[in-house]
This record gives sequence, C-alpha cells and structure tokens, in this order.
Amino acid sequence: MKYLTFAAGVLTASSAFAESPVQPILTVYAGDYFTSEWGPGPVIEKGFEKICDCDLQFSTGDLVPRLLLEGERTKADVVIGLTSDVTAKARATGLFAPHGQDNSALTLPIEWTDETFLPFNYGHTAFIYNETTMATPPDSFDALLAMPDDVKIVIQDPRTSLSGLALVLWVDAIYGDKSADVWAQLAPKILTVTKDWSSSYGLFTDGEADMVLSYTTSPAYHMFAEDDFTKKAAIFPEGHYFMVETVAKITGTDVPELADAFMSYVMSEAFQTVIPTANWSLPSALPTDQWPEGWAQLPLPEKVLFYSEEESTAVQEKAIETWRATLSQ
Amino acid sequence: MARNAKPISRIAGIAAATFVVVAVLLAFVGIGLRVKTISGLGPAEWQAIQFTIAQSALSALLSCALAVPVARALARRKFWGRTFLITLLGAPFILPVIVAMLGLLAIFGRSGVLNDMLEMIGIAKISIYGLQGVVLAHVFFNLPLAIRLLVQGWQGVPAERFRLSAQLGMGPRMVFRLIELPLLMRILPGAFALIFVICLTSFAVALTLGGGPRATTIELAIYQAFRFDFNLGRAALLSLVQLFVAGGAAVLAFWLVPAVTFGGGMDRMQKRWDAQGNWARALDGVCIAFAVSFLILPLLAILTSGLRGLLEVPLIVWTSAWTSLWVALVSVLILLVVALPMAGWIATSRRASVEAIGLLGLSVSPLMIGTGWFILIHPYANPTDWALVVTISVNAMMALPFALRILVPSIRQTAQTYDRLSGALGISGIAFWRCVLLPRSRPQIGFTAGLTAALSVGDLGVIALFGDPDRSTLPLQMYRLMGSYRTDAAAGAALILLALAFGLFWIMDYWGRRNAIA
Repeated sequence: MKYLTFAAGVLTASSAFAESPVQPILTVYAGDYFTSEWGPGPVIEKGFEKICDCDLQFSTGDLVPRLLLEGERTKADVVIGLTSDVTAKARATGLFAPHGQDNSALTLPIEWTDETFLPFNYGHTAFIYNETTMATPPDSFDALLAMPDDVKIVIQDPRTSLSGLALVLWVDAIYGDKSADVWAQLAPKILTVTKDWSSSYGLFTDGEADMVLSYTTSPAYHMFAEDDFTKKAAIFPEGHYFMVETVAKITGTDVPELADAFMSYVMSEAFQTVIPTANWSLPSALPTDQWPEGWAQLPLPEKVLFYSEEESTAVQEKAIETWRATLSQ
Repeated sequence: MARNAKPISRIAGIAAATFVVVAVLLAFVGIGLRVKTISGLGPAEWQAIQFTIAQSALSALLSCALAVPVARALARRKFWGRTFLITLLGAPFILPVIVAMLGLLAIFGRSGVLNDMLEMIGIAKISIYGLQGVVLAHVFFNLPLAIRLLVQGWQGVPAERFRLSAQLGMGPRMVFRLIELPLLMRILPGAFALIFVICLTSFAVALTLGGGPRATTIELAIYQAFRFDFNLGRAALLSLVQLFVAGGAAVLAFWLVPAVTFGGGMDRMQKRWDAQGNWARALDGVCIAFAVSFLILPLLAILTSGLRGLLEVPLIVWTSAWTSLWVALVSVLILLVVALPMAGWIATSRRASVEAIGLLGLSVSPLMIGTGWFILIHPYANPTDWALVVTISVNAMMALPFALRILVPSIRQTAQTYDRLSGALGISGIAFWRCVLLPRSRPQIGFTAGLTAALSVGDLGVIALFGDPDRSTLPLQMYRLMGSYRTDAAAGAALILLALAFGLFWIMDYWGRRNAIA
C-alpha cells in the first residue's frame, strides 16, 4: 500500500510538472564547438532563458552547408557563429532578416555597417610561440619570412578551415601580388598543414612545432585558465587579419519576438561580459575598461586588416590557389 | 553429384548485397536532386587523384609485403603470450586516426623519441613529413590487418599437410612453394585491395603527415567541395572517381584470387617440422621484434600522454562513451545480419569479384552518404533525430568489406569441404548455417564483430555533419575538447576511446577463438 501511495505521488508530481504552460522554443544553429560544455553555449543558454521565459535549444553542425541543404524549411530561428568570410554564401540563401540592432553600439576596431549579420565577438590571426623555447620571436611579418628554415611553423589548410582561409587572406592583404613569393619563402619553415585548427594547436602544445597559426586571443586561455604565461602571440606592425563571428535572424522564424529578444541579448552587458572567458575571444560591444580583469593587458595589434564580404569573395579563390600551387612545388 | 543441391541459399545474400547497393545509390540520388551544374575537374583535382592512387598503392604494397614474414613467424612459433600479442598487434588498426597520428608523431616526429635518439648519437634528424610519412602512417594502420588476415590463413591450413610434407622430407623451400605460396596467392590480392581502398579515403592524416597540399587526396577535395565551396556537382563527380578507382582495384584483385582449397583435416594442432632450424628461429624472432616495436611504441606514447590527462576528463565524456558503446553494439548486429548471408553467397559464387560490392560502402565518402541521406530525409523528418540511425548504418557499411574479407575464405573452405557430406545427410539452409558454417567460422565471426565494434567506437562518422548536442559520441567529445584548447583532457578522452575500442575488440575476438573448432 505504501508503494502505491508513493507511486501515486510520483504520478501526480509528474503530471503537475507536465501541466505547466508549454514554453516556446528558440532554435539556435551553432557550430559544433560552440555548444560543448567547454564552449560559450551553456552560459548563453542559461543567461537567455533567465530573461526570456522560453526554452533555448542549440542544434549543431556545419552552418552554411546545412542552411543551403535545408533552405526555406530550416528549423533555425537564429544562427550564431558565421564568420565574415562565409557570410556572403549565407546571405545568398536569402534566409536572413535584418538584425534590428544599433551598429553604433559596437566597439570593434573596424567600422561595421552590415544590417543583417551582427558581430558578437572577434579576434585576429596571429602566430603563437612559447617564449621559453623561442628567445627571439619575429617582430614583423617580414622578420617571420627571414627566420632560419629550422624554425618550424604549423598552419591550417585554407580549403578546409576558416583560420587557414584567414591566413591566406592575411598574406594577400599585406603582400598582394607578391603573395606567391611570400609562400615560397615560408614553405621550408612550414612543418605541415593540418585539416583544422585543433590538430595544429595540438602539434604546437606537444612541442612538435615552434609556432602555430592561431588567434591573438589564444594566450588568454593559457593565462586565465591554466596560469601559464609562456604562450605569446607575435604582434606584427604590418597588421593582423580581423576575424569576426556574427549572429543573424532567420526571416521565416515562427518566434520572431524571441529571435529579436535574443539579438538584443547578444548586445547586452550580460552576454558581452561572459564572451571573453567562454569563447576565448574579444567582446564586440563592450568598452575595453569593462573587459574582465587582465584582458585589457592582452597584447593586441594596432593595425587591423580586413576584407569586406565582397572583397573576401573576390580574392578567396585566387589566394587559395596561389597558396596551393606554391606549397605543392 | 547433383549441383543443384547447394546447402547455402543465395537469396538472402543477394538481398543483403542489394540493400548495400541501394543505400549507396540513394545517397547519389539525394545529391543528384540538388546538383545544379557539373564542371569538369581542374589540374588541382587531377593532381589529387594521382597522389591518392600512388600513396594508396605504395601503402598497400608495403603493408602486404611486411606482413608476410611477420605473419609467418607468428603462425609457426608457439610462445607464451602469443595469442595476446596477436590481439595487441591489431590495436593500431582500430585507433581513431587523430589519436594514432599523435602517437606516431611522439615516436617519429620532429621532437619524437626516434629523433631524440638520433641526435644523441650524432646522426642527422629524419623528417616524417612527406610521402614517407603518409606511407608510414598507413602501414602502421594496416599492417595489423594484413598480419591478421594472413595468420588466419596459415592457421586454416590443415595440420596434416605439414605432417605429410615432413614425412616426405620436404625442406622449407618446398613447403613454401607447395603450401605457403598458394596460400599467399589466395589471401594477398584481397588484402591488397582492401588496404588500397582504406588508404584511398584517407585525408586528415595524409595531409598532416604529407606535409602540405602536395599530399592532397581525393577525399580532401570532396570535403572541400561539400563543406567549403558547397559545390555538390564537383563533390559527386569526385566521389564517383573515388568509387571507380576503388572498384577497379577490387575487381582486379578478386579476379586474381585463385580457387585454392586444402581439403578437410582432423583439426589437429599444427606442428612445423620445416621451421626448426636456428636460422629460421632467429629470423622469426627478428620479424616479431620489428612488428612489436613498430606497432606498440606509438601505442605506449598514447597511453602515457592519456594517463596524464585522464583526471581532467569531464564527466560528459563518460556519458558519451556509453552512447558510443551501444552504437557500436547495434552496428555489430546490423553488420552481421548483412555480412553473413552475403559472405555465404560470395563464397559459393563462381566469381569472387562480387565481393567488390562490399567495398562500395567503404569507398564512398561518409560525407557523401551523410549529405545524400540528409537531403532525402529532410522533406519528411528532422535529420537530427536520425543522426544516430544514419551513423549506425554507415558504421556497419564501412565495416562490411572487412567482414567479407575475413568471413568469405573461411566459409568458402567450409562449404567446399562439407557440402557433399551435408548433402548426403540432408543438412541445408538454416541447419547448414547452424550446424556447420557458424561453428566452423566462429573465430572469424568473433574477429569480425570485434573489428566492427572497435571501428564504430573510433569513427567520427557522419554524426559531425548533423549531430544533436545532447547525444554525442566519444570521438565527437574528443574533438570538442581539442577544439577548446583542452589538449590534455583530449588525450585522456583518447585513452578512454582506445581502451573501449580495444576492450570490445578483445572480448569479441576472444569469444570467437575460445573453444573454436578450427
């Protein structure tokens, strides 16, 4: 009898739970790294659900291919994590609506006028080294090219990785028509090319390579999460390529108010202050003096190089082919 | 005698083969629905095709050539721990590629153990990056498979053969010519084809160890076309090229396989009178020592770096390990349902080349299958809900060619040896499977199941394409850890992955060999 009462109690409890009003669902498409326990996803989910009275659900995968496959029938309400080098393809789907936020509130080192894709964090390409094993790091891109050939660098493939793509655009932005010479000079120093960022970074932390193509914000992870102050980004006066991640709203969303609320949440201080340590990158709309402790001391480049979506689309193919042809010799 | 009294029905086998062909075709249909334009292949693609074929052929050749002396040594020596060693030597084959690569670099890399030793004795360092690195890695992965296939072949020779050759006073050379050479002829072409196809679809390892875009494979070009350029036409075209190269190699190899049978034996223990000389002993010792150091040292490197990171592994990794475990078990079940009847059909067909169908699933890029099915599923259901089902099916299909290569020779031998006796006793159909084929092929079935489970645990597969963040597999979690700077924890996760894959393999392989008849 006791068990029956218990069972009845459990049943009533669960049905009471089920009777609470069904919360609307906001479906957010994000890159795979984004929603993992170690990415920014969980913090953002908790933060937004506190204010929206809704259920934020992430769905992971390759963003652009997936949107192209799904077309109008996409389940997404919001897409987060599109970098500026793929927004052209995303825009061409015609699936996106204006973000409705004030671009002048952004604190990016470049001017942003896009009304559809809203930046939420940024960083720059940079070569990372370990100061205990590299006493004299290059102080410019030219110095990098002049390094002895036994200093080994590991980079990512621009055909399979966005950071690799950013590198060829970086070289193109500095050297233009002379890019092929630059790659020829770099070739003997390039230990190898990996498919994605994480394999490269693993080779670097394992001591296989002296320098790795990564982001200006990479040292922050080692400093704030590991108390390791030996990993540094080499800062070059020629400038660093700007990498920005954006968020955008789907026109056909069935919860437009929620999607709009999410867009303004992205611009809020609550969101912006968690981004640095959650995604190891710089917040897009937060003055430097409000950055988390220590972040303002992070060495950042004075000059920022950036290709707009149109410029990037125009030079991508040629820049990649120059890279491939020169390194294949 | 009445040829129509075949003990194995072909219908189930043909049905299973049709299922595989349709599954692959459907993927192409799905992609085809969305292809807008098809352009020809540029010089970059042709270079990739050439490199892919060259490195695959070289890797397969070297794996097979090195496997012969090692497998012979393992087959004709009895020593303590031999069966465990044979199982352990299989481990590199079931390793996830990224994990294996880190292990290889710890030994052969720029700051690896080998180069540290060379530096100490004052010899110039060697570089792994280049074609040599690609081949080294592929031999590391596939030598174990070639060894296992050959050891099984050797053990399938009736002990009476060696007894008879000793009674006839045959020396090692005659034994090699009359017994071992026909055996090699029967097994090596199939092993070569299988390894060739595995290397054909290699991509991340080939790029990294190949040192850059010189080492671009077809699979990389497919990946680029799908995920970066979203050029479905080029992706489909490249997939077809890959399919034709794989299919050509497979048909050629299986067409070369001669029909050699040894007849039945009494299942005695093999004794090798021809291999008692000191030279033979020393040679076998050297071969085994080579294999152990080449295959086990990188594993030790993974073990040591993994142990350091094990404490940092977050709880969710263990949850994913559970998902991976049951995905693997279901994959094994589906594989056996497809592979056993197919193997029965192939084993009793006059043409061995139908085995090439089994290679379909392996030679088509998983990205291609995943995307094709995604397009087909999407109008009717949410593909994310089907991610695990698709992953399981793809895992089973990828393991099919291994299963066939392992099962077919044993089933063929058994069927040829026992079909008259079974015919006379009126045993056929299910009863023939239950009483004759399954018991006699138990070691092969155990090996197949173990291999499938291990491959399924280690494979990232199509789940990365449209996964659900709450239902992720162990390799996916490992990549996520790597992608968020947690290299140490990722090494720990890799160790769990290795332990899970190897543990499943060992249990199933052990089940097969325990109390086995042959």
